[in-house]
Amino acid sequence: MTNLLEVRNLHASVGEREILHGLNLTIGAGEVHAVMGPNGSGKSTLSHVLAGRDDYEVTDGTITLDGQDLLELEPEERAAAGVFLALQYPVEIPGVANMTFLKAALTAQRKARGEPDLSTADFMKRVRAEADKLGISPEMLKRPVNVGFSGGEKKRNEILQMAVLSPRLCVLDETDSGLDIDALRIVADGVNALRSPERGMLVITHYQRLLDLIVPDVVHVLSGGKIVKTGGPGLALELEERGYAEYLGAAAA
Amino acid sequence: MPAVQETVDRVRAIDVDQYKYGFVTEIESDKVRKGLDEDIVGFISEKKAEPAWMLEWRLDAFRRWQTMAEPTWARVHYPPIDFQDLHYYSAPKSTAGPKSLDEVDPELLAMYEKLGIPLREREILAGVEGAGSRVAVDAVFDSVSVVTTFKEELAKAGVIFCSISEAVREHPELVRRYLGSVVPVTDNFYATLNSAVFSDGSFVYIPPGVRCPMELSTYFRINERNTGQFERTLIIADKGAHVSYLEGCTAPMRDENQLHAAVVELVALDDAEIKYSTVQNWYPGDKEGRGGIYNFVTKRGDCRGHNSRISWTQVETGSAITWKYPSCILRGDNSRGEFYSIAVSNGYQQVDSGTKMIHLGKNTSSRIISKGISAGHSSNTYRGLVQAHRKADGARNYTQCDSLLIGDQCGAHTIPYIEAKTKTAVFEHEATTSKISDAQLFYCRSRGIPQEEAVALIVNGFVKDVIQQLPMEFAVEAQKLIGVSLEGSVG
Repeated sequence: MTNLLEVRNLHASVGEREILHGLNLTIGAGEVHAVMGPNGSGKSTLSHVLAGRDDYEVTDGTITLDGQDLLELEPEERAAAGVFLALQYPVEIPGVANMTFLKAALTAQRKARGEPDLSTADFMKRVRAEADKLGISPEMLKRPVNVGFSGGEKKRNEILQMAVLSPRLCVLDETDSGLDIDALRIVADGVNALRSPERGMLVITHYQRLLDLIVPDVVHVLSGGKIVKTGGPGLALELEERGYAEYLGAAAA
Repeated sequence: MPAVQETVDRVRAIDVDQYKYGFVTEIESDKVRKGLDEDIVGFISEKKAEPAWMLEWRLDAFRRWQTMAEPTWARVHYPPIDFQDLHYYSAPKSTAGPKSLDEVDPELLAMYEKLGIPLREREILAGVEGAGSRVAVDAVFDSVSVVTTFKEELAKAGVIFCSISEAVREHPELVRRYLGSVVPVTDNFYATLNSAVFSDGSFVYIPPGVRCPMELSTYFRINERNTGQFERTLIIADKGAHVSYLEGCTAPMRDENQLHAAVVELVALDDAEIKYSTVQNWYPGDKEGRGGIYNFVTKRGDCRGHNSRISWTQVETGSAITWKYPSCILRGDNSRGEFYSIAVSNGYQQVDSGTKMIHLGKNTSSRIISKGISAGHSSNTYRGLVQAHRKADGARNYTQCDSLLIGDQCGAHTIPYIEAKTKTAVFEHEATTSKISDAQLFYCRSRGIPQEEAVALIVNGFVKDVIQQLPMEFAVEAQKLIGVSLEGSVG
């Protein structure tokens, strides 16, 4: 199996404070990895660094996607290369219809990759089909991006974007936060439908319950800015039972 | 919906480091000496072969203007203007009264082509399907109108669409009756100056019960150096008439500032409707704030008849300084005034713009939607007056003023004046100020949308309510213009 994502010795800071202290992570194509960890361990930092947010400074290490250096790329170039980050707190864009936003994003990505533009009819068909699966109504596609959406609607909308943009690597940053069990199931079904041999996924979460629905191949424990333990799906259950206490010390050491 | 994407694509296609319309056309012109006195006023009047009453009207304005002082209350700053250091008349030499397009200087036609303004009717007819999308154009170059298209076809409907100079000669009864009846000669410093020296502009008369068969449009172009442009537009919609009119403006890039002081008067009689749209793209000056047009304009509509309606829509992206308040006097009972505005400022541009809704008649209503977008080091002020007279029973107004800031060096100000002299008036005012946040930009970029496209997308979302008010043909142009004006505003 070829490695899709390789993160080596990643050090990243916000302002003066270093949050990731030499993180290593490898995800193969077709694999779903979960990263779990206590608050403040660097989970969100990892996801934002992968997507290229400029508030985070990478001071050392490398990140490659299919062997391509991601750190060289702007956020929009990473998106075109196949990185998608589903945000914990999706952002509102007043006056811009959801459909318009999706079209702008897809058109820009295809253009960046040198692919021909999708016809409006084909685009609409694709969006409607994906929206149906996620229980997103045509009316919601016309509404401005995330404006007045409930927590569940916002997360479903992220998954819709992910489905339409069809990335190589899906990064889900605490997608389960703020969702009731029914909403969680819809989102998980949407994510599971996107599992494929070409695609890798990184599911970042605090809780086991999401991993009951999206069963990972590999589970990592992130603590103090490093991966401190890696195991199979059983590791998540262990964490649920015993908590993170034993790993807090390990990171400090 | 896909229009936004097309817009974004077009924006990318345009070379953004240059003001697109900044070229100078090499045309021999007939320019009067600098300075302003009664001789110059007489010279302009003579050039236009005006009747004696018109000259008297101008001279009266000039004498009053000499007693007036420039207004200083607007939130704009600029060095004093030497009104004696300007040319008050400039005309392309070879085009003194062209009879047809064939007589128009080819250089001029080429210039309008460069601006994307089709003047040849045959081409327009050949190129555009469907009667609804044809547009009659009056092209004004420096001080004169060079050509008006579709005149004959309009005449069949009884519509008069010509340059104001021609109207003074051919339709003196209409001009005498309405000129200065909305913006009086003594209205304000710049309006009075305009009354004395106005050179050209458009005249429209729609007879009773006629719905104008096509969009009317005027394109203004300042070309000559050190020349003020003082155009005068007068539009009259007689009882039950309808008209939609659009003006567009561009100017070359020059280091010095140029003065543009126009007056626009609209008169709507009983049941008449006038929709007036502006896409203003005068040269805004360079990155350091050198040069650009001083745009000091008085625009006012009079809803003189019952159930009449006047609607102003403006997209303001150009000019170094903009000082304009397109207003409505709601005189007729049940009349309605509307003001939809997008004002974009970037670089060192200064905008002080808004509207006045003066409710005089019973059950009059007005609606104001203003969207200000400030970027760079610019200053963007909304200034608006909503006033109900004692007898304006049941007056209603809804005002919404939204400001969007891009970057942290610009300013947005909202100054509403609200005066109700009747207890039955209901006025609503809403205002918001927001910023394009880093989170929004990152969100767009993380989905693959490059930064400048993201800004255009977010801004086009912000102004959507107003764009929808523009005639279809110009909505896309306006979106594109907004995108271009904001290029380089982030990062």
